[in-house]
Amino acid sequence: MSNETLRDTFFAECEELIESLTEGLQVVASGAWDGETINAIFRAVHSIKGAAGAFGFTDLVTFAHAYETVLDLIRSDKLDIAPDVLRLITRSSDALAELVDTTRQQGSASLDPVRDLIGELEATAKDAKADTPPEPEFTWAPLALLPIEVEAPAPAQGFTIRFAPGASFYANGHEPVRFLSALDALGNLTVTCDSSAVPPLDGFDFDAGYLVWTLTLEGASDEEAIRRVFAFAEGLCTLDIAPLGDSTAPDLPEVEVEAAPLFIARAPAVDPPADPPADAPVTPAAAPPARAAAPRAPAPPVQTTLRVDPERVDRLINSVGELIINHAVISQKLESCGLGTDSEIMAALDDYRYLAREIQEAVMSIRAQPVKALFQRMGRVVREAGEATGKAVMFISEGEATEIDKTILERLADPLTHMLRNSVDHGLETAEKRRAAGKSEVGSVRLSAAHRSGHVVIEVSDDGAGLNRERILAKAMEKGLVPPDAKLTEPEIDNLLFMPGFSTAENVTNLSGRGVGMDVVKTTITSLGGKVGITSLAGEGSTFTISLPLTLAVLDGMIIGVGAETMVLPLSSVVETVRPQRRDIHEIAGELVLSVRGTYVPIVDLALLFGMRSAKGQSAERSYVLLDAGGASIAVAVDAIQDQRQVVIKSLEGNYGTVPGIAAATILGDGKIALIIDSEALVELVSPRRNARPLIELEA
Amino acid sequence: MNAKTILAIDDSRTIRQLVSQTLGDAGFSVTTAVDGADGVSTFQNTRFDAVITDINMPKLDGFGVIAAIRGGGANRKVPILVLTTESSPEFKDKARNLGATGWIVKPFEDRQLVDILKLVTGAEG
Repeated sequence: MSNETLRDTFFAECEELIESLTEGLQVVASGAWDGETINAIFRAVHSIKGAAGAFGFTDLVTFAHAYETVLDLIRSDKLDIAPDVLRLITRSSDALAELVDTTRQQGSASLDPVRDLIGELEATAKDAKADTPPEPEFTWAPLALLPIEVEAPAPAQGFTIRFAPGASFYANGHEPVRFLSALDALGNLTVTCDSSAVPPLDGFDFDAGYLVWTLTLEGASDEEAIRRVFAFAEGLCTLDIAPLGDSTAPDLPEVEVEAAPLFIARAPAVDPPADPPADAPVTPAAAPPARAAAPRAPAPPVQTTLRVDPERVDRLINSVGELIINHAVISQKLESCGLGTDSEIMAALDDYRYLAREIQEAVMSIRAQPVKALFQRMGRVVREAGEATGKAVMFISEGEATEIDKTILERLADPLTHMLRNSVDHGLETAEKRRAAGKSEVGSVRLSAAHRSGHVVIEVSDDGAGLNRERILAKAMEKGLVPPDAKLTEPEIDNLLFMPGFSTAENVTNLSGRGVGMDVVKTTITSLGGKVGITSLAGEGSTFTISLPLTLAVLDGMIIGVGAETMVLPLSSVVETVRPQRRDIHEIAGELVLSVRGTYVPIVDLALLFGMRSAKGQSAERSYVLLDAGGASIAVAVDAIQDQRQVVIKSLEGNYGTVPGIAAATILGDGKIALIIDSEALVELVSPRRNARPLIELEA
Repeated sequence: MNAKTILAIDDSRTIRQLVSQTLGDAGFSVTTAVDGADGVSTFQNTRFDAVITDINMPKLDGFGVIAAIRGGGANRKVPILVLTTESSPEFKDKARNLGATGWIVKPFEDRQLVDILKLVTGAEG
């Protein structure tokens, strides 16, 4: 195992610890906490501190220590969780998360941004400690212990050591022989064992210390080194150390108080044992004394999660995909043999399909993760945004247990961060305006997740002023994004927000105006196979709704015939299918357009585009699929619409190369390969400039 | 000679991995447990040559672990080392009164950990 993996473990663990820390703080904030809540919070910070120390992340340690000290005072009832204390420990949790992030990215973190916070933590701790006796300061110096290396011997020097372990010495798991070998490493050791106190067997107490050693250590010069060897045993044995030749050297064994000398001496054991003498019938290790308490019933081992390399899961998902394709292949072959659906083999095959789906769902769920951790991070984003803008914000998160594919989850962080910052910065009004509007001064931003009909729906909403449509339209016209005389519906105006290069903020704040607009949000969501929409009510706030597929491994597709080929259109971008009349197709500036309810949409002939057929072969009996992608619409001319079904996505890049307009491939039931269209790329491929222009109503 | 077996009890995965790696490289065979209760239960099922335990843990803390192991049962005299960030004398006294064999203050040096384990288990090297 390399240090790299160890570091990875550390940061992964930090993430989990911060998660439970955040969780615990939420419980504290809700008021429904108990001692264990505080313990868990303390342990989380304590564990980060302990492990960070192992990697030498001293800044992290310093901060965690200041934080932990305050938590410890709360834990021991020396500090009440007053509102200001709650704020302090919540802010500290955010700061700790930041420090961990920075440390992960840069290998270290500066304490500068948290100096004030550390000051506050220390001041709080100091106040709370004022009426309790001072505790020993935390120290970083590891105990100097048991040097094994042989020190340069100083000749003609040495010590006489009388070493008489008591019962507690053995009870604490010490073995005299270990100490003797450690001493042996310090010099030339001569050992004499006095076993005169060992009683006959019938009076033998297994737990008592009967043996006393007199040791001569020649060539050692450092008494301190000898004391260090016995550091662990301090107080558990009688230890007299005197320089060699010293008249005060102990020559007579003293009576060790803890040992009870009884009866007559027996022959010394050959090897100074920690356990009873070698010829004793039993040893404690092999068979415990009868009076020993019976072992407690073993507690069930705690193992709640299993950590698996994501690559293995991907491999599994891939294999299950193959399995489902394989089912389809068998099914089609059997059907072509003339077997009816009521035949036994087809019934058995149905079970096969059912099982394969079961496995697929189970495997997919391995990749699924609750949105909780992400949402908690977003809570931090909202709090920071509130602080930066000076607005009082309450963050509400709902549906944290909702699960979503890990890859999608990871890629949601940036768009959500942007949207939440927007909500606080642009969505919420200032306290004065809210007061004037008769609202609570504290604005709220809500982040929710839920499963809805095979999709995950994530909503970001605020209770702010709602979109200022006049300003949005004016801005769009000013930027030339819409013609000055365009008449747009409210949803169309709202959707202008998603256009590239659009920014409503009059002053670009350093908060949300970071050069990425909502168009980037939309692009990211679309690339994940999702959709984003917006609703807004003046005076009541705005809601952004993101709808995402449950996984990236399968896709809801529309199976279409293009020339002699079969292709797949992602259902997420399909608006509708139409079979227009001849008169609905027009030619404008050499391009074919389709008239749909008074709007003209450019037509894309897939067969022509992908070179599967010449222009001549066009049939009038074609179907058109309206696609909405990348902020523009196109009508895709297809020869047949065959089916709607889930297809397993197979990467084309990995096996072949990138093809413009094609996202990936899949294998159909007949074993043939079908290409999956990349709707976004198709729109761009057909009409790059259209991407920067909304759908404008033309005079029909 | 068989490898000496160590039971490392710590609720921090990082520390568990660090201890396993350090001692594993030095020729020890390390078993880990995720909290005090897990540690005691693991201890009762296997014979170990030494136990390393953290103090601050859920379910059962390190003091509880020491008390449970020293309380009786097989191998109750196993060396128990406390691996902790605390270094106050009160703390050490409490651990020792319960029967701890020794203590190691985090962060520890790899070498130091190995040396101490060699010492208490009598492993060669």
